[in-house]
Amino acid sequence: MYPENYRYTKEHEWVRLEGDIATVGITDHAQKELGDIVYVDLPKPRIIVEQGKAMGSVESVKAVSEIYSPVSGEVVEANEALAAAPEKLNQNPHGEAWLVKIRVSRPAEVDALLSAADYRSFIGIGGQ
Amino acid sequence: MVDFGGWEMPVQYSGIVEEHHAARTGAGVFDVSHMGEIEIRGPEAARLVNSVTTNDVARLVRGQAQYSAMLYEHGGFVDDILVHKVADDDYFLCVNAANQDKDYRHIAEHNAFDARVENAGPRYAQLAIQGPRALQTLQKLTHTPLAQIRYYHFVDDEVSGAPARIARTGYTGEVGFEIYMAPEQAPRLWDEILEAGAEFGVKPCGLGARNTLRLEAAMALYDHEIHASLTPWEAGLDWIVRLEKGDFIGRDALVKQKQRGLSRKLTGFEMRSRGIARDGYEAYVDGLPAGWVTSGSPSPTLNKNIGFCYLPAAHARIGQALHVLVRGQLVPAVTVPTPFYKRPQ
Repeated sequence: MYPENYRYTKEHEWVRLEGDIATVGITDHAQKELGDIVYVDLPKPRIIVEQGKAMGSVESVKAVSEIYSPVSGEVVEANEALAAAPEKLNQNPHGEAWLVKIRVSRPAEVDALLSAADYRSFIGIGGQ
Repeated sequence: MVDFGGWEMPVQYSGIVEEHHAARTGAGVFDVSHMGEIEIRGPEAARLVNSVTTNDVARLVRGQAQYSAMLYEHGGFVDDILVHKVADDDYFLCVNAANQDKDYRHIAEHNAFDARVENAGPRYAQLAIQGPRALQTLQKLTHTPLAQIRYYHFVDDEVSGAPARIARTGYTGEVGFEIYMAPEQAPRLWDEILEAGAEFGVKPCGLGARNTLRLEAAMALYDHEIHASLTPWEAGLDWIVRLEKGDFIGRDALVKQKQRGLSRKLTGFEMRSRGIARDGYEAYVDGLPAGWVTSGSPSPTLNKNIGFCYLPAAHARIGQALHVLVRGQLVPAVTVPTPFYKRPQ
C-alpha cells in the first residue's frame, strides 16, 4: 500500500524523487480520512515552495485540509487532471492522482522524511 | 495534511456521499447513542417542562413528541431538544450529547415543582433508521405496526424482542425512526437492522452524512445555527415558541426582542461559483463584512454548495447577493429558500 521507494511526511504527503524532480501527492491514509474529495487547489508551475509550508489545499465534503510541501524547490508541473476529476485522489492517491512535480533545491531534505515503515507505524498500521 | 484526529464517533463508514445517497434512496442507519436523555416525572412534571421550554407540552397527547428549545433568561439557547410525552406525569427529553449535563443542571435548578429529574443518558442507546425504506426494514424486526405511528409520535414496544421506544422522528428530512433502547441491546439491533435492510440498500451512516442530510433538510445544529448568544427568532424557530402558553424561562427577553425588532437572521444560501463555505467563514454584503457562516457543505443531493449564515435582518431576504470569504477569496453566493431539500411526497 505504501511504496518502499517513496518518502512520507507526518502531514500525510508522499514524495518520489527521480533525479532532481520530486513527485508529490497525499497518502492513502489522508484520502481515507478526508473522504469524498471535491476540490484540489495546487500551486502553478514556477511557484517556489518551501518545505513544511502550505502550497495548496484539498477539500472534501467534510473539511478542507492544507497541503504542505514536503520539499523545497520550484513547481514544474501541477496535475491538471485533478481539477476536473478530484475523485481520482480517492481512487489512486499514490499513482495517477499525484499533485505536483517539484524541482528540488535541497535534495537532502528528502532523506530526512519518513520511510514507508516509519510512516506505517506513524499512522498506526506498523507491521503490515 | 493535519488535524484528522480525535474522533470517537464514526464520521464515515463507506464515505459521506455514498451514505448520504443511501439515506435518500434506501435507508441509512445511524448510531446516535451519544445523544442525551433526561426523564422528568411527577404530578407537576408538565409544569416543569413547560417552564423550561419554549414549545407547549399541553398540546401533546400521550405518545407524541415535539421539537422544542430551552432558553436562558436572556433568550439565548441552552439547547434544542425533543420532548416526548410518555404519560401525564412522565416526560422524556432527547437532548444534544455535549449539552446533556448543562441541560440537566438547568432543569434541576428550575425545578420548583418537586418533579423527579433524572439524567438518564447512561440507560439509553439510540439508533436511527432514516430513508424511504426505513419503515419496511424496521417492520421486519418488530410486531408494532409502524405505519400507524404518525410523524412526531412514538410507541413503547419492542424491536427484535428488546424493549424499545420507537419514535417517528429524525434529523435527515426523510421518513424514519429513532429507537431508544438499553445500551446492551444496541450492538445486536444494529447488526439486525443492517441485515434486515440489506435487500433495500440500507447502509450504516456516520456523523458526516448525518450533517449533510440535516443541512439539506435545514435542521439546526447546536453550536452552529443556535447557541447561547442566539434566540429562536434569530434562528427562524418561531414555530417552536408558544408565547401564549404563559411564562417560561427566556420569555420576557423574547417579547422584548420582538418589540425592538431583530438585528440579524439565519438565512440559507447557495454558492454561485467554486468554493465551499464552512462554519465560521465571514459573509459579506455590498463588499463589507455583514455576518458569519454557521454551516456549509456540498449538498450531495442537489449538487450545489449550500449553507446557513447570519445576516443583518435587512439583508435576510431571498435573492440577496452576498459573498463568502473562502480562505482569502470572496466567493459569490445568493440567499435561497429553505429547506434546501424536501423529500418527494
